[in-house]
Amino acid sequence: MGRLRRSMLYVPGNNPGMIRDAHIYGSDAIMFDLEDSVSLNEKDAARLLVYEALRTCDFGRTEVVVRVNGLHTPYGRADFEAMVRAMPDAIRLPKTETPEDVMEADQLITQIEKENGIELGTIKLMAAVESALGVINAYKIAKASSRLIGIAIGAEDFVTDLKTTRSPDGIELLAARSQILFAARAAGIDALDTVFSDVNDEEGFIREVRLIKQLGFDGKSLINPRQINILHHIYAPTEEEIQKSIRVIEAAKEAEKRGTGVISMDGKMVDKPIIERAYRVLELADAVYRESMEEVWQ
Amino acid sequence: MLMLPERIKVLDVGIAGTLESSDITIQIEKNEGKGIELELKSTVANQFGKQIKKVIIETLLELGVENALVLANDKGALDCTIRARVRTAVSRAAHQNCFPWEVK
Repeated sequence: MGRLRRSMLYVPGNNPGMIRDAHIYGSDAIMFDLEDSVSLNEKDAARLLVYEALRTCDFGRTEVVVRVNGLHTPYGRADFEAMVRAMPDAIRLPKTETPEDVMEADQLITQIEKENGIELGTIKLMAAVESALGVINAYKIAKASSRLIGIAIGAEDFVTDLKTTRSPDGIELLAARSQILFAARAAGIDALDTVFSDVNDEEGFIREVRLIKQLGFDGKSLINPRQINILHHIYAPTEEEIQKSIRVIEAAKEAEKRGTGVISMDGKMVDKPIIERAYRVLELADAVYRESMEEVWQ
Repeated sequence: MLMLPERIKVLDVGIAGTLESSDITIQIEKNEGKGIELELKSTVANQFGKQIKKVIIETLLELGVENALVLANDKGALDCTIRARVRTAVSRAAHQNCFPWEVK
């Protein structure tokens, strides 16, 4: 199983205290933001602050991502120049609309890696889709670069583009979320969901996490450390699921010995996709367990 | 001491940073011909005052700033934060980018 990307905590890029502390809350990833959470006249300050922090601080096993400004803005190029040199695990590209957006970023990263003797392909990419055009192009975007590890939906800009607003059940996002998910799975990369903006609405947050988990998302961006444990709890396989998966796998092994393909367990048919899912539950349980053990020594 | 040519000239007042915890405010002004003068206020001055001053001065010298009046108000910033805020303040005071790879 690849790296867990259940939770990615947003950290405003011009706040030294938050940058220093963000990784201690145990999210799978932290994302330093140079884009929308930084005012236009502080872009230079945030870029330097995140650059220095990345070169100095040890964020342990937490995956470190930087959301840069887009290459069509006056800040994008300088953000790439700084961040590739500072070497986070990944750069998140905002407002991606076409595969060309990703290719342009890929080429620029390649050029900066070459100039600085960084092994080519070291810096990974995540693409955030935040418009109708981006959603329509989702699969082409997801296939546009070998650096891509995930494709994300950014809901606030997206619903504005659709001329609607966010509702509690998220009906307006369903088609886009599904499209992003298909694109991610078809391209073999992670699907990452948008933020839930109302920190005080815990019930709403739980509802949304259950929904995106059920849809198949690998994880979600978060805006407050309080959301991390709730999300991890929902994503962890239950004891019942684990026990059932063990029984499915044992029954499958037994059937294999006897040379039968399809088997029956508790009166239900068990075949290949069900066995595959059982393995995935156990892999996830194992990954979650290892994460929680290693977190202590992070 | 090896004297390097002045590479960055302070033209204006440049301010960077905030007064929030873990940050430092750096203000840089012209100080022509009078070298670097540094005035530091810090919530952790007794224990870290010398170190904070050292980081500020070193960053200014790396950038090639030789004449500047520097006012610093520290709220417990890490060294990396101090370096970032000094570079930002110098960039703003000199009207040019001061990324580490842009200043040779």
